[in-house]
Amino acid sequence: MKIVVCVKQVLALGDEVEFTDDGRDVDPDFLELSLNEWDAHATEEALRIRERSADGAGGEVVVVTVGDESAADVLRRCLAMGADRAIRVEAGPGALADPITVARALAEPVRAEQPDLVLTGVQSSDSVQAATGTALAELLGLPRVAVVTRIDHTDGEPTAVVHRELEGGLVDVTEVDVPALLTVQTGINEPRYANLRAIKQAREKELAVVRPSPAGQPACSVRRMYAPPRGEGARMLDGEPAEIAARIAEIVKERLS
Amino acid sequence: MKGVLVVAEQLRGSVRDVTRELITAAAELGGPVTVAVLGADPAALRAGVDVAGVDEIVEVRTATAEFENDVYQRAVEALIAERDPAAVLLGFTVNGMGYGPAIAAKLGLGFASDVFGLAREGGDGDRIVCRRAMYGGKVHAEVELPAGRPALIMLRPTAWPAATGPGGAKVTQATVGEPGSSRARHREFAEAPASDIDITTAEFLLSIGRGVESKDDVPYFEALARKMSATLAGSRPLIDSGWLPSARQVGQSGKTVKPKVYLALGISGAVQHLAGMKSSDLIIAVNSDPEASIFGVAHYGAVADLFDVARELEKLF
Ligand SMILES: Cc1cc2nc3c(=O)[nH]c(=O)nc-3n(C[C@H](O)[C@H](O)[C@H](O)COP(=O)(O)OP(=O)(O)OC[C@H]3O[C@@H](n4cnc5c(N)ncnc54)[C@H](O)[C@@H]3O)c2cc1C
Ligand SMILES: Nc1ncnc2c1ncn2[C@@H]1O[C@H](COP(=O)(O)O)[C@@H](O)[C@H]1O
Repeated sequence: MKIVVCVKQVLALGDEVEFTDDGRDVDPDFLELSLNEWDAHATEEALRIRERSADGAGGEVVVVTVGDESAADVLRRCLAMGADRAIRVEAGPGALADPITVARALAEPVRAEQPDLVLTGVQSSDSVQAATGTALAELLGLPRVAVVTRIDHTDGEPTAVVHRELEGGLVDVTEVDVPALLTVQTGINEPRYANLRAIKQAREKELAVVRPSPAGQPACSVRRMYAPPRGEGARMLDGEPAEIAARIAEIVKERLS
Repeated sequence: MKGVLVVAEQLRGSVRDVTRELITAAAELGGPVTVAVLGADPAALRAGVDVAGVDEIVEVRTATAEFENDVYQRAVEALIAERDPAAVLLGFTVNGMGYGPAIAAKLGLGFASDVFGLAREGGDGDRIVCRRAMYGGKVHAEVELPAGRPALIMLRPTAWPAATGPGGAKVTQATVGEPGSSRARHREFAEAPASDIDITTAEFLLSIGRGVESKDDVPYFEALARKMSATLAGSRPLIDSGWLPSARQVGQSGKTVKPKVYLALGISGAVQHLAGMKSSDLIIAVNSDPEASIFGVAHYGAVADLFDVARELEKLF
């Protein structure tokens, strides 16, 4: 059983924002880097499927990311969780804005692995496209199911039964042919923490680095980023916590009386 | 001007609201508006899409009643080939996420998702510009889609008002070739477990988010809610971690609520959370991050530590 997991290093904004001089992106100094939350769940699920599969230790979990050198950190985090191998597809800044381009960069190295399952997150928390996984499935010619909260699959079976979570929490129980690509939703599991020894070992592991094949035409391009207009915005309550609480209590009581 | 193709979304025999929002957006974008309705008996869904702004309804009969990725993908690809629209609009929904990006990748279309603003530019309106959010809604972006090929755009639910008013669209039927085998097949629906808590009827919701960092603090907020005569609700991470039961989840995959007062403590305001509470009568948000998106929908906000405020509130009820 071989499972490939696509993982992204996401960028989170702190309390302040400044834009680059060309106005097309956020100044990198104002960003913090981390493993996309959904991808931590996807990696965990891959590890669990490997652990309970017939060939147990023989199974393999390979993590792949598209990004620059700094993205190696998320691969090491996944290795420390228990992934067997890691591949980084070299990409400069700007290449990550378009999910179709990212999917094209992933397609070659993922196909080369000939996986039984490919897992991605539902969405990346910074760009919220919820698109890369489904686009990649198409490029790989794989059936896919998006927004999965449960995976039942026995090694060697031609299908898997998965829960697809719809709006309002309704679950669509879906039978999917394997190999397949599934986009994994939070709540499916509780990602494990890596222990210090595993983190240390992961630091020494070799990461494969590959160049993406030519990407073709982008599906979109960002021409401007800006701070959202606040509209009327919230009336801000200032002061010490006691004063804030007093105002909240007053507003609530007036509304509910 | 080339037309706009809207793909209707339906579940268990009814057209979902997002469809009529897509129709509003399509009419705003301009050009003839065609709505594709897929189903085992698409004519039965006609009333749900025959509203003002629609020029044509294309009914596509499918072998399966419920949504399946491959079936929708095949039908929409056939309609794109036949009609060469300027834009195809889908909902940014769980169904849309299952096939929209696949079509864009296969046909090399322009693509953008979670879009909440649209405009046509250029001499013949051939270039579409989308507005979307990034970095947890703290930043907005204008995204240009390439001219000269259709664009597949997934629109944020609730971003446009639903189209209403009498229709009168021309109705056509389409067959989309041989029904190939569907590789991901709907088997059955499983309902969320029944619960005796109903957060949708509460007048006052005290809603907590990941800012409450520990499971051990949840009983404190349960007690606070009781004291304030509020009902306790929460954002998805608290339900995912098993800190709160699923019946208490507010948002797109939880409940849509519209209480008289929604008091949010330590909730960032992700789009899927906002979808479930933004039409509350009065929203008050406490968050330590002055840039949190929740302040974009709140009527009153405070940049403060939620525990400090909670401890003071406790004394006032
Ligand atoms: C298909 C899909 C469906 C989804 N459905 C839902 C849904 O139904 N409901 C839902 O809620 N989410 C849903 N989500 C998840 C959503 O995207 C967010 O991940 C989630 O809403 C974040 O919850 P949060 O605001 O509690 O956590 P975070 O985004 O982590 O925010 C925590 C906030 O707490 C603040 N904070 C931290 N400490 C303190 C403190 N001491 N005092 C004050 N403030 C503090 C932080 O500044 C931050 O703003 C869905 C996602 C997907 C992909
Ligand atoms: N740069 C990337 N490298 C590897 N995987 C990615 C990358 N970007 C997105 N993905 C995968 O696609 C999923 C959805 O991301 P998105 O389409 O950007 O919302 C993520 O959860 C990842 O699994």
